[in-house]
Amino acid sequence: MSVIPPSDPRRDTALLRGMTRRRLGPGRRDLFRLAGLSAAGLALAACGVQGRRAAPPQQSDVEKYWSGRTQNGHVDFANWPLYMDPKLPELKAFTERTGITVNYKEVIQDNASWFAKIQPQLAAGQSIGYDLMVVTNGIQFTQLVQLGYLVPLDHSKLPNFAKNAAEAYKREPFDPGNVYSVPYASGITGIAYNPKYIDTPPTSYAALWDPRYKGKVGMMSDAQEIGNLAMMLLGVEPEKSTPADWQKAADKLREQRDAGIVRKYYDQNFIDPLGKGDIWICQAWSGDIFQKNVSDGTDLKFVIPEEGATIWTDNMVIPKTAANPVDAIMLMDYFYEPEVAATLAEYINYITPVPAAQDIIRSHAAEAKGEDKELLEAVASSPLVFPSEADYAKLHTYRSFKDANEQKQYESLFQAITTA
Amino acid sequence: MKGSRLRAALTPYALILPGGLWLAIFFVIPMVVMLSLSLQSGNITDGYQFTWNWRSYLDGVTNFHDQIIRSIWYGLAATILTIVIGYPVAYWIAFRGGRHKNVYLFLILLPFLVPFVLRTISWQFFLADNGVLLGPLKSAGLLPEDFHILATGVAVVFGLAYNFLPFMVLPIYVALERIDPALLEAATDLYANRVQTFLRVVLPLSLPGVFAGVLMTFVPASSDYVNASILGGAGNTMVGNVIQNQYLVTQDYPVAAALSFTLMAVLLIGIFAYARALGTEEVLEVSAR
Repeated sequence: MSVIPPSDPRRDTALLRGMTRRRLGPGRRDLFRLAGLSAAGLALAACGVQGRRAAPPQQSDVEKYWSGRTQNGHVDFANWPLYMDPKLPELKAFTERTGITVNYKEVIQDNASWFAKIQPQLAAGQSIGYDLMVVTNGIQFTQLVQLGYLVPLDHSKLPNFAKNAAEAYKREPFDPGNVYSVPYASGITGIAYNPKYIDTPPTSYAALWDPRYKGKVGMMSDAQEIGNLAMMLLGVEPEKSTPADWQKAADKLREQRDAGIVRKYYDQNFIDPLGKGDIWICQAWSGDIFQKNVSDGTDLKFVIPEEGATIWTDNMVIPKTAANPVDAIMLMDYFYEPEVAATLAEYINYITPVPAAQDIIRSHAAEAKGEDKELLEAVASSPLVFPSEADYAKLHTYRSFKDANEQKQYESLFQAITTA
Repeated sequence: MKGSRLRAALTPYALILPGGLWLAIFFVIPMVVMLSLSLQSGNITDGYQFTWNWRSYLDGVTNFHDQIIRSIWYGLAATILTIVIGYPVAYWIAFRGGRHKNVYLFLILLPFLVPFVLRTISWQFFLADNGVLLGPLKSAGLLPEDFHILATGVAVVFGLAYNFLPFMVLPIYVALERIDPALLEAATDLYANRVQTFLRVVLPLSLPGVFAGVLMTFVPASSDYVNASILGGAGNTMVGNVIQNQYLVTQDYPVAAALSFTLMAVLLIGIFAYARALGTEEVLEVSAR
C-alpha cells in the first residue's frame, strides 16, 4: 500500500466522506425513485401495439360468421367525397324498396389516414360506426385482409353480383374470388391539364418533366401512384418491377423535384389548383376531372399517355365489427343492379363493374334532351367509363408486396421524395 | 378540532387533484405511450413489440434532419417576424390605446374565432397565383406571369407568423401594461430622450413578456404542419408533416414517435439556451407570469 502525501486531497476526511458517501444515505426517496423507474419500465413495455396476422377463411368460417345474423333495417355507409349524386337517388330507392335506412357519409379522404383511424378500433374489436366502407386495392386493403379485419362475404347473398359483374372484376389479383370485397368503381390515374395554359396536348408522362412547365406541375404524394408513373415513363411494368426499378424511378422523380418542376405533392386536392391555374398540368384521377368540368364549368382535359396508365379499384368491404352486416351485404348487391350501376356511373363517371349499364345509359341518353343528352351520350361512349379491351391492355395495377419489409422499402424510397 | 386540522392538511391535495389527474391522464400517459412506441420494433401487420429499439431515433435523424433543421429555421423566422410586427402593436395598445384598449385587444383576437385551418385556407385563396392579390398585379404587368408566393418557404413563414401573432402580442402587452408610468417620468426627469427611455427602461422591463411570447410562438410554429401542407409546396415540408406522414401513411409508429421526441429535445435545448442568454434563471416562472 502506498503512502498518501500530506497535500493529497484524499487526506481531507470531510472531502473524502463527501465524495464517497451519499449525502442523505439510501433513503425513502431513492426507493420511490427505483419503484418509479421500474413502474415506468413496465409501462413502456406494456404499450406494445397489437398486430395479428389472420389465416385465410374457410367456407366454414363464412357460414359461422353469417349464421344467425339478421336484417336490422339500417346500414351505415362510409364512402369517398364526390362518389355519389349528393341527392342520393340510388340510396333513397333502396330504402323505399327494402325499408332499410342508409346513413351515408363521405368521410374517407385517403386510404392511409382512414386505415390509421379505424385500425385501433378494429384491433380492439370495437365498432367503427360503419357497416360498409370503400377501400382502394393497395397497401391498406392488403393490411385489412391480413389482419382479419374484413368479413368474408356470403356469395349466396350476392345474386346480382354473380349475374351482372364483369368477368375481370371476379378475378381481381388483390382479392381472388371476391372473398372479402366487391368493386364499387374503378378509375384511371393519368395526366390532366388546363388547356388555358397548355397549347400542345401532352401525350407522354415526359410532359411532367418539361422545363417549360417549371413550378406548375402537380404530382401525387401517394407512393404507389408516383412510383407507377415514373416506372411507366421508364418503360417498366409496375406489377413486375424489382427494387432496382424502384430506385431508377425514384431517381427520375428526384431529378424532376430538384429541377424545381414540381410545385407540390398533392393527396387528393389537386383539382382546385388545376382549375385556378396554380398548376397547369398534373397527375390526376379520371372521374374527378369530369365532375369538376360538369359542376364548375371548367374545361380541364384528361389524357391516358402513350406509356399507359394506372387502373385502381375501389372496393366495398364489411369491417368485422359491423353491427348490421346483413343490411350492408344487401346494399352491396343492390349496386350490381344494372339500372343502379348506370345512374351511378352517369354521375361519378368512373368505370362501372357492370357492363350492362352501358346500354341503359344509352337508353337514358335517347330519352334525354339537349345538354343532358350530350352528357349521357358522352358517358356511354367514354373510354374512361367503359374501357375497351385495347384500353385495358394499356392499364397497369399497383405493385403488390410479398411482405411488410418489401412494402416499407418501397414506401420509404418514394416518400423520401414527396416529403423532402 | 382534530377533524378541521385533517381537513386543512388535505385541502392542498384536494386542490391539486383535478389538475393533477388531468395532467396524469392526458399528458403523462400519452407521453409514456409515445416514449414506449419510439422504442418498439415491428410492423403494423405483425404488431409492434417493446425492444429498446433505439434505431428509430437514428433513422429519424438520418433520414429527416433536413426537415428538422428547416422547421427550426421556419419557426425562428416566424417568431422574429411576430416580434417585429407584434411588439409595436403591443406597445401602441399599452401606451396609446387609451380607454379603447379592450377593443384593440379583442380585434387582435378576432381572427381566432375562425378555425385555424380555415384561416390558413383563406390565405391560400388570397395568395393564389391568379388570385385576389397576384392576379391584378400580373395583369397590370407589375409581376412576371410565373411569379408565385404559394408553395414557397416565404408563404409558410408568413402563414406561421400570422397564425401565432396573438401569442406574441398578448404577453408583450401584459408586460408593457405593468410598467409603472412613474418610471417613464423618472427617465425623462433624468434627461433621457425617448430612444434612451425605450432602450434603458421599457425594453428591459418588457423582455419577460417577449420571452413568454417566444415560448408560445416558437414551439408550436416549429412543430406545425398545417401551414406547410396548405401554403407550402415541394421542398417546404416541415418535421410535423413528416411525423404525420410516418404515423398515418407509412404507419411507422416508432419513427414517428422518435421524431417527436427528437423535436421536443431540440426545442427544449433551444429554449433553455435562449433563457440562459437572456439571463433568466427561472424560465418556467417567467413564462407563467
